[in-house]
Amino acid sequence: MASIDIAAIRKAYGSTHVLHGVDLTIKDGEFVVLVGPSGCGKSTLLRMIAGLEDISSGEIRIGGRRVNDLDPKDRDIAMVFQSYALYPHMTVAENMSYSLRLRKTAKDKISTAIAGAGAKLGLGALMERRPKALSGGQRQRVAMGRAIVRAPKAFLFDEPLSNLDARLREQMRGEIKKLHQDLGATSIYVTHDQIEAMTLADRIVAMNAGIVQQVGSPLDLYDRPANLFVAGFMGSPAMNMFAGTYRNSGGAPRVELAEGVAVPVGEGIAAADGAKVTLGIRPEHVVVTRGGGPGIQAFIDLVEPTGFGTILHASAFGSDVKAFSLERGLATRGDTVSVAFPVDRIHLFDHEHGARIG
Amino acid sequence: MRPKRLGFTILHRAAILAYIAFALFPLFWLLKVSITPNDLLYGEGVRMWPSRSTFDHYVFVLEHSDFPLFFRNSLIVSLSTAFIVTALASIAGYALSRFAFRGKFWIVGLMLLTQMFPLVMLIAPIFKILSPLGLTNSLTGLIIVYVAFNVPFATFLMQSFFDGIPKDLEEAAMIDGATRFKAFRQIILPLTLPGIAATLGFVFTAAWSELLFALMLISGVDASTFPVGLLSFVSKFSVDFGQMMAAGVLALIPACLFFFFIQRYLVQGLTAGAVKG
Repeated sequence: MASIDIAAIRKAYGSTHVLHGVDLTIKDGEFVVLVGPSGCGKSTLLRMIAGLEDISSGEIRIGGRRVNDLDPKDRDIAMVFQSYALYPHMTVAENMSYSLRLRKTAKDKISTAIAGAGAKLGLGALMERRPKALSGGQRQRVAMGRAIVRAPKAFLFDEPLSNLDARLREQMRGEIKKLHQDLGATSIYVTHDQIEAMTLADRIVAMNAGIVQQVGSPLDLYDRPANLFVAGFMGSPAMNMFAGTYRNSGGAPRVELAEGVAVPVGEGIAAADGAKVTLGIRPEHVVVTRGGGPGIQAFIDLVEPTGFGTILHASAFGSDVKAFSLERGLATRGDTVSVAFPVDRIHLFDHEHGARIG
Repeated sequence: MRPKRLGFTILHRAAILAYIAFALFPLFWLLKVSITPNDLLYGEGVRMWPSRSTFDHYVFVLEHSDFPLFFRNSLIVSLSTAFIVTALASIAGYALSRFAFRGKFWIVGLMLLTQMFPLVMLIAPIFKILSPLGLTNSLTGLIIVYVAFNVPFATFLMQSFFDGIPKDLEEAAMIDGATRFKAFRQIILPLTLPGIAATLGFVFTAAWSELLFALMLISGVDASTFPVGLLSFVSKFSVDFGQMMAAGVLALIPACLFFFFIQRYLVQGLTAGAVKG
């Protein structure tokens, strides 16, 4: 096991810049998830750590050793691919033992390692099968088995669950987490699925357009997103965002939204009176009351029951306000309700740059 | 089955049968003439099968002609060409499929260019080049020429097979601890066996039946290949069709055998299951 240090990493293909200087330190045994929309550079960064892409500038160290110029085979890392990349002409056992055979490991050690990994992943009965005779979930397990037999310095996962159906994905997500708890191996996991990121990570690295937007624990990113991108990316249904003007003169601090609606906000906001801001609030924090309760008057446009709870779409002050409630039958389409934004749940962002201001 | 569907099925099968009959008829005629005694060849008119058959032509070709020698020459030339071309095309096709390098565009363009004009144009210059090197009238010279002409197309053929194999596989192998060449040899090549078989078959057939250059570059009997040898049955005064056809049937045997051995790989879709299907 080893730590991984990434310093000022840049990547350019000709004149196209994919990564604009990424700095990141991954501690020994940590599970770090790189998350972001497609094209944000997360897979490129992972492939640079693996040695599959050249580094345009900057430095990568694995276990303190500079690896910029090392071939993938000399970096002692294992990688699980989105496509699984199992060798079709080899059996499960041969797939898993390939790396050990390349290293000329003794036969008895190989069979012990394979048997151990096979037992851990429930592959015992499939050892003599070829990949094409396996289901998606089994192939996924073989790909993981191939990674763990070697006890490498670090595991890299490149969207390993994207090809599985929703149910299997949830199950494998649990298995990956359990595996990490068992092995305590340094892991870097790339995904565009924020649920995977939230559930698996010790720390999340949110990326967009080749720039790291925020690094922190899952709840950190969820509760205190550093900017509009992170606020909008993390969480489903997504955070409500409304453009408004910040006021702190002539009364308590507030944000004026459209149609004369003013929402009280907390003290200590880093903005001047009259500044353009974006107000964010997560749907589950919007308080919906039937009839003429306190708050802003709204009309229910759409009701989406998820079973677990209900997503309400309401129109108020010319915007669509999403609310999530565990209560069923709170409102039906066409109802008039009032919505309220609790002060301690409000996120404020600078309108121009999108940075968090309170 | 409804009558309409049945009608379509019958029509469909009949069309396939007609196509096969059309394609194979020359082969049938080859066989038919090769076992027809000389006295019946012109005497019986057009018949689908002679009233009397004989293997005399085969016996003559095998025992009293130079055909065994021509066969041996053709085998040496065709097999060497097929293996050399396939080896070169595999490596070149892999490079074209996987790497971006300076001049790639021009190399591909030049290779395409070689396929664009008729080979007849090149006979004289090639003869001029090979003659001082002592490579005319030699099997080696013929092999060199065949290799040069077959490599471009075979390279494109192999490239398309490599393109069909996901890059992830060799990347996984390289992370597992293989060098790029080892990943190529142990992971990619075994998966390209159908492509290699197709290329071998294609080049073998091309070299086996090549007449133009063999005729121009080879003058002696010692280095003649079988297509050149076939012409020896055409004399100034007559054509010995029976013996010529018998030799033709015999010449089919190696080609058939060759395809019999590689057909297993030709029809095999080994990549199934490599990545999510």
